[in-house]
Amino acid sequence: MSHAEPIETAERDPARRRDASGETRDWVDELSGSGPVREQAVADLHALLLRAARREVSRRRATLGIDGPELEDLAYQAVTDALIAIIAKIRRFRGESRFTTWAYKFVVLEVSSKIGRHFWRRHAWPLDREDWDRLPDRFGLRPEEQAEWGDLVSALRRAVDEELTEHQRTIFSALILGGVPADALAVKLGTTRNAIYKTLFDARRKLRASLVANGYLMRDEMERS
Amino acid sequence: MSGWSSLERFLRTDPLDAGCAETFDLLELYVEERLAGGNPEDRFPGVTAHLRICDPCLDDYEGLLAAAGT
Repeated sequence: MSHAEPIETAERDPARRRDASGETRDWVDELSGSGPVREQAVADLHALLLRAARREVSRRRATLGIDGPELEDLAYQAVTDALIAIIAKIRRFRGESRFTTWAYKFVVLEVSSKIGRHFWRRHAWPLDREDWDRLPDRFGLRPEEQAEWGDLVSALRRAVDEELTEHQRTIFSALILGGVPADALAVKLGTTRNAIYKTLFDARRKLRASLVANGYLMRDEMERS
Repeated sequence: MSGWSSLERFLRTDPLDAGCAETFDLLELYVEERLAGGNPEDRFPGVTAHLRICDPCLDDYEGLLAAAGT
């Protein structure tokens, strides 16, 4: 190697000092310990996570519609909460991946969650609202082809009214007719993305079954559900 | 893809779909398999099915892939 990096540069980089050879056990031991070793590990991890959070909020800047100090603040908040989660769950780390990959996952999740919260600062969507005029755009249904899809959409609307529970209708309306992001809806309803997804999953299955039963969609013999 | 097929694809559920929680649990393994040049689709078919339909989890996957890959 002709251009070796100065040693002090590599040592200042917490990612390289802790994780260059996949030594994940150091992180777990140090973060689980106490005293200066733990403090240094927390500081190093914070620096790593902040770098990842800055990249992540920058990557999602277009959907956020914010910039500058507000974006930086969001990255900091995400890192603070990610670090708390990581330390609380550190014994769950099984060493099947690099520690940093596992840790970055919490940053990405927290950025998503913060973006979900941020959504309501700029948007309002009454949860009982059903705006069916948005559906064609949502699925790229062209007005000039309405003769082809009009009956299907009408049948879908009937199925939503008749087959879904109130909760399923709320989720369907907000996500599909309102374009509310799942994480934002989870914040609004005080639940999780997973719970929102499961509700929509069940709703999709019911709606498809209804449309198939009424002849608007073909039953797929290969379909596993 | 026509709008009709887009709508039909949305309504079609995959029983293999792992859901958001299980996908989150396995995401770092999925990402590392991808970064190692492996085939996470074969190893984690439930996660693959989920990422095909869940935009927020796909966004997380892309974010983690970018973070872990640098």
